[in-house]
Amino acid sequence: MSAAAVEQVLVRNGLLTAFAAVGLTMALSYWVSARLTRGRIHGSAIAILAGLACAALAGGKQGAADIPVLSGLGLMGGAMLRDLAIVATAFGVRLEEFMRGGLAGAVALLVGLTVSFAAGGAVAIAFGHTDAVSVTTIGAGAATYIVGPVTGAALGASSEVIALSIAAGLVKAVSVMVLTPMLARHVGLDNPRSAMVFGGLMGTNSGVMAGLAATDPKLVPYGAMTATFYTGLGCLLGPSLFHAILKALL
Amino acid sequence: MQIYGTALLALCVVAGLAAGRAAGALFGLDSDLGGVGLAMILLILTTDALRRRGLLDASAEGGITFWAQIYVPVVVAMAASQNVRGALQGGWMAALAGLSAVGSAFLVLRLFARRKDDA
Repeated sequence: MSAAAVEQVLVRNGLLTAFAAVGLTMALSYWVSARLTRGRIHGSAIAILAGLACAALAGGKQGAADIPVLSGLGLMGGAMLRDLAIVATAFGVRLEEFMRGGLAGAVALLVGLTVSFAAGGAVAIAFGHTDAVSVTTIGAGAATYIVGPVTGAALGASSEVIALSIAAGLVKAVSVMVLTPMLARHVGLDNPRSAMVFGGLMGTNSGVMAGLAATDPKLVPYGAMTATFYTGLGCLLGPSLFHAILKALL
Repeated sequence: MQIYGTALLALCVVAGLAAGRAAGALFGLDSDLGGVGLAMILLILTTDALRRRGLLDASAEGGITFWAQIYVPVVVAMAASQNVRGALQGGWMAALAGLSAVGSAFLVLRLFARRKDDA
């Protein structure tokens, strides 16, 4: 059988190829974790880093999923299976535990959005942007890479600014994935309540989910619970409240 | 049967996402507002009610827990399909905007956690 024929089988069964490729990555990562770091860096953290590295090397808009043989990664890590798996992690959690962290989580959502808009907006101003529309859009991108373009489109920002806001959101998602397992102990991220606060503060779904998975899988449903409200709330507040505030200030 | 658990899980996700979509539309948004969170609450409530009536056996539970356990690999696939190059090519301003938001949020998280210790 020729190489082309093998490739055709792998492409046609893309999801299965992705299962196999991710399984191999996991096995290799857990081996590296146990042997080379003596378990100090968790296997799942190494696997997620390996995934990011592959995405950077492949270089496409969909990372490694732009390589035909690995296109199944897009389906396996896409919104549908991701939502199915993340909701499943809530199985066995008692509703009271969500309720207990609920208020702190809601406060964290508002604080998180405000802080992200302010930090992103301040950087935009430091780099010479002076109009409220551009500053709001870049601040929105510092919330998530969905809030950025949604806000920019609503306000009529230039496509260059919208592209910057998406890039800011991508940097945020990737850095939350990488930094969370490293910083978790120093910021008290070790219980359901602080995980709910964390989800509300960071908000970037992919970052929160991957960051917590690499820190402690037990915390995943709590962070996901609050993070799921962040993007929607950001799309609501960005073009309205935050734009109005910046317009008054600038 | 396992499929009962997976079917229930899938139903909760679809119903939660639809409700999140509806909640977003209520505010004139073309985006989801808390869909996954609503789906999680639905799953907790329905599995609890079914279990109390003895309608959720171990094999059906297996149809849910399998997906919970496949979560990390799904996240690895998600990481591998991120636009990492796009993040790196945004230049200094985009990098600083994203990083400053993350840094500030970690600082706030630390304050939140510390206040709990004091109390």
